[in-house]
Amino acid sequence: MVKSDFGYNSKVEGEVIVTRADAVVNWVRSHSVWPMPMGLACCAIELMASGGSRFDISRFGMEVMRFSPRQADCMIVAGTVTYKMAEVVRRIYDQMAEPKWVVAMGACASTGGMYRSYATLQGVDNIVPVDVYISGCPPRPEALLDGMMLLQEKIRNEGGSLRRTFRGRTVETKIVS
Amino acid sequence: MDAATLLSRFPATQDLAGKDMPTFRVAGADLLAAVRFLRDEQGFDLLADLCGAEWPDRPTRFGVVLHLLSTAGKEYVRLHVDAVDDRVPSVAALHPGANWHEREAFDMFGIVFEGHPDPRRILMWDGYPFHPLRKDFPLAGIEVPLPAADVAAVTGQTVEPAPMMGGPFVSPGGKLSEGEPSALDQSWTEQHPKA
Repeated sequence: MVKSDFGYNSKVEGEVIVTRADAVVNWVRSHSVWPMPMGLACCAIELMASGGSRFDISRFGMEVMRFSPRQADCMIVAGTVTYKMAEVVRRIYDQMAEPKWVVAMGACASTGGMYRSYATLQGVDNIVPVDVYISGCPPRPEALLDGMMLLQEKIRNEGGSLRRTFRGRTVETKIVS
Repeated sequence: MDAATLLSRFPATQDLAGKDMPTFRVAGADLLAAVRFLRDEQGFDLLADLCGAEWPDRPTRFGVVLHLLSTAGKEYVRLHVDAVDDRVPSVAALHPGANWHEREAFDMFGIVFEGHPDPRRILMWDGYPFHPLRKDFPLAGIEVPLPAADVAAVTGQTVEPAPMMGGPFVSPGGKLSEGEPSALDQSWTEQHPKA
């Protein structure tokens, strides 16, 4: 059985779905991704376009952009990360509650892009763990949506979603029934 | 633009015969009085630009270039000032718009603006040890610790040099065409480490 599968047994009376806790948790998480727009450069303009009606990120259940890291679980790093800004990005990431994911949007956030210089961090994955990289300079909104759907797929297939390792230690979520 | 009055009132001033606009080299001691004269008596009421510059082969290595605009007369004037001992008087008291320009020139070249109301860096972080637009500063940068010590401790990241050679826009094994962008300064790259 694939991790994200659900089972419906018509022989069991009533509206009963048999599944695993992991699959339910992952399903819930993947369909309520609350992104935090870490807009640092022109990629943020495309990020805003993705939230608008033409591309409409809410079709995929992640339109609830939250500018507070405490209320978000996916940081979209959209733009050039300078060394001066790197500490801010890391601080904001540290303030987000687990579980959390990071999307590096565009060439600059992924690798430093065309800014190969003394001032620019050569990829945000040097300071935070990145789940999805999106190419483009800047990526079109469709590319961002595709990346976010990839992230949803990654969330859906996460094993042991009640137990995640975070900086070397294991964090366990307890379900009280 | 009354060049004769400017030259007679400030004898150390030199007419550089600018091709696009009147250009003068003003002594640092005369700068404030000259800018005040141009602003109050000649109508140059807008500071269009102020930037640092480096001339490695001149006795005074650094200088400052000011562009002043007369919004009524619709003409520009350019002033060069040599930074003797890397020091230039600040014109921020006459043109408040010079404030951030002078902070940038200080940040990038290390030119000290005497009398500046807020002489801090503006682009790089406080405590950065270099002035990156100086010609002896390598394009790739110099390794220094991250400004935030706690972030550096968690991530192990430093401000690391990023040489153009081997970078995303340089093809391995030489240029594919003349149009391929590359850094002119290849004296310090992955293939030629700094001595």
